[in-house]
Amino acid sequence: MYRYDEYDQTLVDERVRQFRGQVARRLAGELTEDEFKPLRLMNGLYLQLHAYMLRVAIPYGLLSAAQMRRLAHIARRYDRGYGHFTTRQNIQYNWPKLEDTPDILAELASVEMHAIQTSGNSFRNTTTDQYAGVAADEIEDPRVYCEIIRQWSTLHPEFSFLPRKFKIAVTGAPNDRAAVRLHDIGLIMRRGDAGETGFEVIVGGGQGRTPFVGPTIREFLPKKHLLSYLEAIMRVYNQLGRRDNLFKARIKILVHEAGAEKVTEMVEEEWRHIKDGALDLPAEEVERIRAHFAPPPYETLAAAQPAFEEKKRADGAFATWADTNLAAHKVPGYAIVNLSLKPVGGIPGDATADQMDAVADLAEHYSFGEIRVTHEQNLVLADVRRTDLHVLWRKLRDIGLATPNLGLVSDIIACPGLDYCGLANARSIPVAQRIGNRFADLKRQHDIGELKIKISGCINACGHHHVGHIGILGLERKGEEYYQITLGGSADQDAAIGKIIGPAFSSEDVVDAVETVVNTYVELRQNGERFIDTYRRVGKEPFKERLYAAA
Amino acid sequence: MPLLKDGVLVDDPWVTVDDGTQLPMDGPAMVSLERWQAHRDELLGRNAPLGIRLKSDQSPALIADDLDRFAVVALEFPVFRDGRAYSYARLLRERYGYRGEVRAVGEVLRDQFLFMLRCGFDAFEVRDENAAGQWREAVSEISVVYQPAADSRTPVWALRHRRSAAE
Repeated sequence: MYRYDEYDQTLVDERVRQFRGQVARRLAGELTEDEFKPLRLMNGLYLQLHAYMLRVAIPYGLLSAAQMRRLAHIARRYDRGYGHFTTRQNIQYNWPKLEDTPDILAELASVEMHAIQTSGNSFRNTTTDQYAGVAADEIEDPRVYCEIIRQWSTLHPEFSFLPRKFKIAVTGAPNDRAAVRLHDIGLIMRRGDAGETGFEVIVGGGQGRTPFVGPTIREFLPKKHLLSYLEAIMRVYNQLGRRDNLFKARIKILVHEAGAEKVTEMVEEEWRHIKDGALDLPAEEVERIRAHFAPPPYETLAAAQPAFEEKKRADGAFATWADTNLAAHKVPGYAIVNLSLKPVGGIPGDATADQMDAVADLAEHYSFGEIRVTHEQNLVLADVRRTDLHVLWRKLRDIGLATPNLGLVSDIIACPGLDYCGLANARSIPVAQRIGNRFADLKRQHDIGELKIKISGCINACGHHHVGHIGILGLERKGEEYYQITLGGSADQDAAIGKIIGPAFSSEDVVDAVETVVNTYVELRQNGERFIDTYRRVGKEPFKERLYAAA
Repeated sequence: MPLLKDGVLVDDPWVTVDDGTQLPMDGPAMVSLERWQAHRDELLGRNAPLGIRLKSDQSPALIADDLDRFAVVALEFPVFRDGRAYSYARLLRERYGYRGEVRAVGEVLRDQFLFMLRCGFDAFEVRDENAAGQWREAVSEISVVYQPAADSRTPVWALRHRRSAAE
């Protein structure tokens, strides 16, 4: 993984000193809350319903064991013993004290981490495929470019006061696990005519109150032009993005109102002036960064692992987990292991300090000391020998991280909702917990198969409900919580925005409604169809009939 | 309003003339884009330095062909969150090669000085007399830059390889 050099380290150290000064000015009353707000937001510090919330950047979701231990230590010492992994592959702490936050940032800096630009109207954490570098279907490791983007976008002098926040995602594989078409900018690595690699550039996707699947504005961008092209997009957006209405300020609205063709034209025109200039990274710098992502020293192993197969035959629970939570690794004899942060009845994405420490130990023993955070709020050990899987699984079970539900009905994305968030209209977490309990029977979950439920507590859609196979949106009406259901959304390479199925359900009825949708699918499915396949074949009518027939 | 240039407070010789107001006979005067567009000949006939003040929705592209007429281009920040002028300043310096004064006016806060300086601003209308002390701190507290801009700071990716080439 990328390691800081003296420059990277100097910047985060200086940033800690700067923020310490800002907090001191706030505590001394030299800054009003209004004046302090943009400063704390540049450092990931929000004021929520009950307390401050600190969001820590995990660049493209990659952590070392030492970093994970430091996150655990922060959870214990400065918070209430847990942290919450987010859909931007970050972690947030819900109960820090303002006066402690400079110390927390100093703790982070000591392990090459920070909270820069995890909030505010600037670039947010660049996200990627959680299987980057190890996926069998990958063209090239996208993390090299994520790191290049991270550096370029850090404290960018021109783009720190954009109309609105800005999110970039990069994938190196045709199977999109990073939801790139739902980002302000999405980049997909492609091969050009001569076999060279570059990027398809997508602009103006997004969720929130007006969801869009982003259009492609350039089919192929050679890699050397990456930063100049991004800067051209940003310069167009910074000047022309709407600033009159918070809800219309994202670049997707500019793309929607001006049209993708017009935006493409403006970007290309701006780019014409700045390409082949100072933003072309020197080849030796790209190589320096690439070297940090060199594959770990894999052993030469046989693809067939009889001992692993034998364990699966002998131990049904292990087999279920292996069939559900593992993914194909590009190196023979290795597997990608998903650690579910969605235990039945738990809070999606939460991990205790003890779990974090244990995961750090397991990463060191079994996966070259690295951990990834997924945008679906789970963790990944990416490089595990198949022969180690059984013992790893037992250890994961001991710490509650072996729930075999990856991609199943209880692997739910949920925003913090009204339990924490000042913007929310309704609670998300309890709905996720109740759905988890309703489908607690794992056999039933496996029979239902791949099904992505995503829950947001308000229209800002932090829980990605628009792209849930089943999406749930919390609403508030006369002091009561209601939940609107959408069907047919998808965040992968066939990205789609879900359709509202009908009137919202009360909190009491929403879990029954989800179950009705699931049962309808089970009755209608043919030949091993997944939920999303059946929905695309039959449309929303059969579901609507069943849901509202009784009324 | 105090004016900060090169880190020190200086007397501001410029008068900002509202659109309805008579132009002073002599002395440096700053006018709006609207006045410039409506009274171009009259303004050029004045035998004194001319400046222009652009609102945050007025790109310097609108005056790109006339930039040598202006000794100052002032760019407005109606609120600190409105970041359009950062792009305008870079365009002035890097696209149009403007060498005169680029002045930040409006809500110009201490914690924006460094970004503004990097984008090519070289004069700042500030709220209070303490700004000079704040300035020194604000522009030196982060020494590392990751991207080229309109200033002379060298991005770290160039520093890294300059160093390894020397070794």
